[in-house]
Amino acid sequence: MNSRVANKIATGVFTAIAAIIIFVLVGLLSYILYRGFGKLTLDFLTSPSSDFQAGGGIGNQLFNSFYILLITMMIAVPLGLGGGIYMAEYAKPGKITDFIRSCIEVLASLPSIVIGMFGMLIFVNLTGWGYTIFSGALALTIFNLPVLVRVCEDAIRSVPRDQKEASLALGITHWHTIKTVLIPSAFPTILTGVILASGRVFGEAAALLFTAGLTTPRLDFSNWNPFDETSPLNIFRPAETLAVHIWKVNTQGLIPDVQEVADGSSAVLILSVLLFNLLARWIGSLVHKKLTAAK
Amino acid sequence: MLLTKMKPEFEISEAHERKETALDVKQLNIYYGNHRAVKDISFTIEKNAVTALIGPSGCGKSTFLRSINRMNDLIPGARSEGIILYEDVNLIEDNINVVALRKEIGMVFQRPNPFAKSIYNNITHALKFYGIRSKKKLDQIVEESLRKAALWEEVKDRLHDSALSLSGGQQQRLCIARTLAVNPKILLLDEPASALDPISTAKIEELIMELKKEYTIIIVTHSMQQASRISDKTAFFLSGELVEFDQTDKIFTNPSNQKTEEYISGRFG
Repeated sequence: MNSRVANKIATGVFTAIAAIIIFVLVGLLSYILYRGFGKLTLDFLTSPSSDFQAGGGIGNQLFNSFYILLITMMIAVPLGLGGGIYMAEYAKPGKITDFIRSCIEVLASLPSIVIGMFGMLIFVNLTGWGYTIFSGALALTIFNLPVLVRVCEDAIRSVPRDQKEASLALGITHWHTIKTVLIPSAFPTILTGVILASGRVFGEAAALLFTAGLTTPRLDFSNWNPFDETSPLNIFRPAETLAVHIWKVNTQGLIPDVQEVADGSSAVLILSVLLFNLLARWIGSLVHKKLTAAK
Repeated sequence: MLLTKMKPEFEISEAHERKETALDVKQLNIYYGNHRAVKDISFTIEKNAVTALIGPSGCGKSTFLRSINRMNDLIPGARSEGIILYEDVNLIEDNINVVALRKEIGMVFQRPNPFAKSIYNNITHALKFYGIRSKKKLDQIVEESLRKAALWEEVKDRLHDSALSLSGGQQQRLCIARTLAVNPKILLLDEPASALDPISTAKIEELIMELKKEYTIIIVTHSMQQASRISDKTAFFLSGELVEFDQTDKIFTNPSNQKTEEYISGRFG
């Protein structure tokens, strides 16, 4: 076989693979949106779900998903950034660093259901909190942390070395250089990584089944005292997220409109994740422009 | 001075001619792991003069330069032995406060490396770290250092534009201004013009001639012409050894070492 033929075959094969990927994505998206788009009314998005009757919404689940995401990120981002800074700037090459890196990789490859079970043992049973938003957020932090550490480490490492040298050569300390030169330069990449990780967290169900629970208590959206039982902001209450809701109505739903609720929820979920991805690109490039080109 | 004081182990040699000494290098060895990159060099660097370090790639001149302000500390496995005496302090000692040292001995790199910040913030970056907060004071130092680096007229109307919007030559002068802003005594220039076009190079050289009135300058260069144009003294390095160190005129007209002559006449390197 001569090289021109080989070249043509290679081009063909890779184009075909790309086409398959696009076909799967477009097919999946359009099918879910086609099935669920009719359900996307304001009423569906805001009313609470119903247990037996048709016509329930996903208001609480949608709120819970965003709220758990927020709490998770408030814990995970500082930890991830700290870990990333350590790995990129302080860890000396050697056995200990290699060991830490393997730990992070193993943690990243743990199935989320295992993290869920672990979370139940520690954050639900051992602490005695029961199913709570906070337990769920901690489980999701474990789920999410390896990715965030990796993203932050790579982002900091990708800042040109001469930027760091320039700052150190001016007689500026290592920490101040990290704070004022490396992190600002790495910020757009870190932000993109955080938003993409948010998409993953938003769609996660398995890690939450046994930590944040399958139910949501009656919420009073006029009560914003985070220490109150019925307040949506209370982090020590059970909370069923959108992804968990999809799983629940499909497996044990008693409502007559199971199919529609599941379709609508899936559409909302996938649109949200899509939105996270687009947002990541848009904000990332915006911040990048702002930081580098000034005008 | 925050540098730890240390008594020299021997008498400082009688003031080199009438000029004052900025740095006194004695039996300096620098290693990367097992490789000895700089071998037992000794010479003195004069105050308010330009000293050029020349030699083929890998001869140890940049390694030597980077050991003066301890930038080699960033390279794993690099270590130095011997003495670089600056104001009675051996800069090679472990207990040196490198942050204070680098403020005294500034460095400009081969590739212009302004921060991805505005022109103004490039200069105030270090000043803010040193605790200068007053807007008036900052404005004043920014203007002063940009004037010293002969860049003020070109950028005074766009101080808050990104430094990356400047040309390569302007960026390099900004890097010099940034270094001058922290008020160093010695400037280390690591091939500061090698990435620039001839016109920008001429501007940088002009600037160096101007700056030597106030600063001690040590410059690594690959250009023989540049060394002969701007320097007072020239040191020729070869495979980690200091082959010859003398007045620049002498090195370029009548070198005493065969190797020096071969190198400057372009027979190798």
